[in-house]
Amino acid sequence: MICNLCGKNPATVHLTEIIDEQMNELHLCEECARKKSAAMEQQFGLSDLLAGMAKDETVAKDEENVTVKCPNCGLTYADFKKIGRLGCGECYNVFKKYLAPLLKRIHGSTQHMGKAPLKGAKISKKRADIQELRARLQKAVESEAYEEAARLRDQLKQLDNKKGINAAE
Amino acid sequence: MQLNDFLKHTSEWLKGTGPNSDIVISSRIRLARNLDKLSFPHWANKTQAVQALNTVIDGVSKVNYLKGSTVFKLADMDGVDKQLLVERHLMSLEHAQKTENKALIVDSEEIVAIMVNEEDHLRMQVMQSGFNLHEAWGIINGIDDSISKELNYAYLPDWGYLTACPTNTGTGMRGSVMLHLPALVMTRQIDRVLAAISKLSFTTRGLYGEGTQATGNFFQISNQVSLGHSEEEIIENINGIIRQIIDQENQAREVMVSRNRAILEDRINRSLGILKSARIISSQETTELLSMVRLGADLGMLKDIDRRRLNELFITTQPAHLQKLENKKLSTEDRDLKRAELIRSRLNL
Ligand SMILES: [Zn+2]
Ligand SMILES: [Zn+2]
Repeated sequence: MICNLCGKNPATVHLTEIIDEQMNELHLCEECARKKSAAMEQQFGLSDLLAGMAKDETVAKDEENVTVKCPNCGLTYADFKKIGRLGCGECYNVFKKYLAPLLKRIHGSTQHMGKAPLKGAKISKKRADIQELRARLQKAVESEAYEEAARLRDQLKQLDNKKGINAAE
Repeated sequence: MQLNDFLKHTSEWLKGTGPNSDIVISSRIRLARNLDKLSFPHWANKTQAVQALNTVIDGVSKVNYLKGSTVFKLADMDGVDKQLLVERHLMSLEHAQKTENKALIVDSEEIVAIMVNEEDHLRMQVMQSGFNLHEAWGIINGIDDSISKELNYAYLPDWGYLTACPTNTGTGMRGSVMLHLPALVMTRQIDRVLAAISKLSFTTRGLYGEGTQATGNFFQISNQVSLGHSEEEIIENINGIIRQIIDQENQAREVMVSRNRAILEDRINRSLGILKSARIISSQETTELLSMVRLGADLGMLKDIDRRRLNELFITTQPAHLQKLENKKLSTEDRDLKRAELIRSRLNL
């Protein structure tokens, strides 16, 4: 049997889909099947945020007593919890300690890797470190230096779990 | 540009061109940005809201690309006019509802639209026809750079662009792709596909964005995560998932054509028949039938159907567009009559 997708290689992977109450068989060669699933797996990296990380209990208790106000806009953390919106950019500094775990839960990361405004923004040390480690990791993988790659991967993981350099611990 | 000029003009994203335009209607990139130090719109007092509004309008007006743009102050506009802008996907429903100190800036080609004082001080979007997030990103990235020279954005190196809601923090970017998936719906595979998408932390919405139901086989897929990846990485992730959905829709279309050709042709031609002859038709029925006719055109079962004309009908048959075309307020009953009339005149050429 020949692969349904490329029409060239012999089909070794057999899938059954049910379409409109009819069985539909899909026969794929190994290469096509792998391409199909590799694309899926890549996406899964993003989904760790959905793992539903347990809320940090110490933070939860602490939150009840928050009376700190953002000096710039007057918002308290209790306000934020009630309305789900922050009051101004300065709030991110004032409530950093509470926002870091929240951002981690929502996005699976607390390190911005995107662009910066042309005026007055700097790239953080942590981000530069991540970028360097990623480049070294890629090189290690390419040159099949797997022990080195594993070590770099651990370092990256550690860095990623660290809060931003200015974050209150 | 006057509001009435919009009616003579097809939005860029409706042109029915661009990559994979048989399945992908449009691609949109939206960036959320805020001004440093000023309270976010929902938390701002009146003085601060006015200040943000003026600062943004002033800053944006200095950007070359946006020189010919129109600034709509929403508080001064009547309901139908605001609804028209929503129907053209230039702004959100929310922005049309609470209008004090809010504005919409639109360039003359309707490629760029900037909501001022929506949830964030700036919500800018670029829409392109077809599967084209990269091009949309290229345009909006340049505009954002230029605006960032005129305005001080709220930004932290570690956390990126600071937004009212922490779900947008970081890149502040949402990439969305509008898909037409009739075959996945008809073969009842769509629930499985949408469930898989939500597991991958992408969201699905209807034709009009947040909080709307997906209707008439149209689905808008967007990224959820905005922090921890570069804009290009996020776009590549969306592209990966969209490519898979396109493959699945194509497979489903092939299966339907090979197994149920007669049934499919019957449905498609009946849909066209109703559209060409109906005297009274609702907005929802119109969308459903247009979806089938579009499928017929995409599959080559209907010749002589101009995709651009079809796309236009999706928008011009909406309530505010009908009322602007007629230049008066219409009751629901009157709209259903006028809608049928408009469709007949466009399809019986
Ligand atoms: Zn194959
Ligand atoms: Zn604040």
